Amino acid sequence: MNDSFLMAILVSALFYGTPLLFAALGEVLTERSGVLNLGVEGMMLMGAVVGSVVSARLGGPSWFVLGVAILAAMLVGALTALLHAFATITLRVEQTVSGLALTILAGAAGLSSYLANVWQLRDPVPHQFTRIDVLGLAGLPVVGPLLFHQTFLTYLSWVLVAVGSWYLFRTRAGLNLRAVGESPSTADAMGLNVVRTRYVHTLAGGALAGIGGICFSLSIVPTWQDGMTAGRGWIALALVIFGFWRPVWVMLGAYLFGALASLSLTLQAQGIDIAPEILDSIPYVMTIVVLVAVSAGWSSRRLSAPDALGTAFEREAR
Amino acid sequence: MATAETGAGAPVPGGRPSNAADASGPASARAGGVPAVSMRGVTKRFVGVVANDHVDLEVAPGEVHALLGENGAGKSTLSNVLTGLYRPDEGTIRLFGQEVSFSSPRDAIAAGVAMVHQHFRLVTKFTVAENFLLGSGGAYDAKTAAQRIRELGEEYGLPVDPDANVWELSVGEQQRVEILKALDRRARILILDEPTAVLTPQEADALFATMRRMADDGRSVIFISHKLQEVMKVSDRVTTLRDGKTVGTVVTAETTSAELARQMVGRSVVFSADDTADRPEVDPDRVVLDVRGLSAEGVRPQSSPKGVDLQVHAGEIVAICGVSGNGQRELAAAIYGIRRRTAGTVAIDGVQSRQKGPRESTALGLAFIPEDRLRTGLSPSLPIHANLALKGYRRPPLSRGPFLDGRAIRARAEELVRRYGIKTPSIDTPTRVLSGGNVQKVLLAREIGSDPHILIASTPTRGLDVGAIETVRHLLMDAARAGTGVLLITEDLDEAMALAHRIVVMFEGRVVGEFPRGHYDIERIGLLMGGHTGDREGAA
Repeated sequence: MNDSFLMAILVSALFYGTPLLFAALGEVLTERSGVLNLGVEGMMLMGAVVGSVVSARLGGPSWFVLGVAILAAMLVGALTALLHAFATITLRVEQTVSGLALTILAGAAGLSSYLANVWQLRDPVPHQFTRIDVLGLAGLPVVGPLLFHQTFLTYLSWVLVAVGSWYLFRTRAGLNLRAVGESPSTADAMGLNVVRTRYVHTLAGGALAGIGGICFSLSIVPTWQDGMTAGRGWIALALVIFGFWRPVWVMLGAYLFGALASLSLTLQAQGIDIAPEILDSIPYVMTIVVLVAVSAGWSSRRLSAPDALGTAFEREAR
Repeated sequence: MATAETGAGAPVPGGRPSNAADASGPASARAGGVPAVSMRGVTKRFVGVVANDHVDLEVAPGEVHALLGENGAGKSTLSNVLTGLYRPDEGTIRLFGQEVSFSSPRDAIAAGVAMVHQHFRLVTKFTVAENFLLGSGGAYDAKTAAQRIRELGEEYGLPVDPDANVWELSVGEQQRVEILKALDRRARILILDEPTAVLTPQEADALFATMRRMADDGRSVIFISHKLQEVMKVSDRVTTLRDGKTVGTVVTAETTSAELARQMVGRSVVFSADDTADRPEVDPDRVVLDVRGLSAEGVRPQSSPKGVDLQVHAGEIVAICGVSGNGQRELAAAIYGIRRRTAGTVAIDGVQSRQKGPRESTALGLAFIPEDRLRTGLSPSLPIHANLALKGYRRPPLSRGPFLDGRAIRARAEELVRRYGIKTPSIDTPTRVLSGGNVQKVLLAREIGSDPHILIASTPTRGLDVGAIETVRHLLMDAARAGTGVLLITEDLDEAMALAHRIVVMFEGRVVGEFPRGHYDIERIGLLMGGHTGDREGAA
């Protein structure tokens, strides 16, 4: 009984953590370039609604429809992020303001809901991501359900964590990216293209947030609902800080937060009654604790936020 | 940017025959060499300012060429044009005879132009090796980069630890990293922007040796400075800029400091240190600042003050000298109460400070000119009259009970603007639009105007032009004459020697030497600033 309870928590941690992981990974890339994009929630919802419509309308085998859904969600996420990139990088608008505007524009009462209305998304989607029994190993105790019985999206996220870590810390391009986020004027003087680097990674962040969105609309709740991400975009933002802008730590954090997100349901099933509001608030509380710890200097300097995060770059500024 | 290697291998002897009048094109053509750099009629405008107005500059291969001028004369702008950071509005640039047009620093780097900026272009969170890898193509190979750093360091006498984080390095070491980076890129033209500002005299000499070495390799070294002695010491030729225009180019060996000074300022300059017959009278019986055993946390371990003892008497000017980052700034902040003290006591005119922060310090009669005058010292967007009232608004006559007295505030502002000669359209002007010198005058007016017992001034003349420097120095002297004790924190030894009754040297947070007036020994002070306790007995 106790074991199965633990397993249930672990399995749902992965399930609910996956969208957080995509969105937070994307935001890691964006913030590493010095751009803070608070529009994650909006970009996720745009990805979710576009994923839904592809699944509902496109004919063909499931793998094909879902593949197109992923690409479409990435594209629309990137396009949404392009608004932010243009506003903050080219026009040098205050990044927080632009990001908030993006969430309002694309969010629950905005463009995503409007599109869902236009496209009349009401019914459960015909194609959704289901769990894959990899190599028939799903039946193994403990590791089976965790490692070999996940959706394609979860496996994709693992690949992205590995690639993301490698890219950030083991490639020249990743070094250049980090330099742009730490000190754009230095990067510029070294001959790097600050503007292009920031654009590319802001769009990449949007694309990954878009995939985070379809985790909801094509996997967790395979029916469109307005505002279905329910604030997970904000948790993803907190997660970036919680994971110190590092893919692997962000992954651990995502599953921790995912576990917390599912805990109230799991606990209720066990007959334990804790107000869900308290559990829902835990990720934010933990993030605040981490933030305090970082700013109080308890952690090494290399763990802190990119120095230029949130600031516009202008070469001929005097 | 494939230029012919003309002259790259053939060092040009320093001080070749040419003079102010025809040092440009024709001369070098006669000498048979193609200049490494030839800038003609370069103009760069910013909103409301012409930073470079048809500037000409010509530098030969294998030459150390000084670019001399006051702050704001356009030296940095010109070098930013040459490194592709700024695009010139007019003019042409030729490198080794080929016309170039840089649209970004990348182009300049490819053409062999590198610059060591005044504010280093290093990512402080990265290691030295990681900074080396930035920008250039190729694989992520920190080991090879580290190897290369060691080799180049040995070759040019610039040792650095490739695995150290840059923020852990001293300013001098960071500068070495910058130079190594330029060497690594095979820069043929190297620009050093005020490189000695952050160095001790001995470190500066080592740098000059490195510069000479690089020139002997056939590189062109452009040395930007406003310090005449250094220019005289190290350069082959000098081009002087004033108000964004070229004054002329001369062979260093054929000119004098006085001549260069006249070119730089546009008039004869007589600013002598010891002409002050009426040096402020020190009252040896009245200690206005008594610091005992003061420790505080620093930005870096080296910059935390450790058990500092310091006394300043009424009417006395005490200068704290040291390379920036050795705890001077933290010491000032800890005395003033904006940085927490971890040990020790501070007494102002005999009254113990109870570490309650700046409001208490102000009430005790402590005035403070912070290093960052426009941000820490003043509120940039507030009008001048508000900034002038910032410290006195709690008491009459500027306020009555909870209400400000606008008329009194404005009257006082008008008076201070007049008394301190602050050049401003009106007292309602936002402070940030004033020139650096006038900003500093606003700050000094507010701080000295409160008749403090002790004034702490942190690098009060940095970044100001010669005229403003003179004014600020006179204001400090006047304050001391009126009986205020002045604690002057400066990186400029000449300034310390000109003004102070006593020089205190700080290194890594500790007081390592003290020199009374008449026993100033620039060499010994320099060694102490660099952390050498030395074999020789202290002059004191």
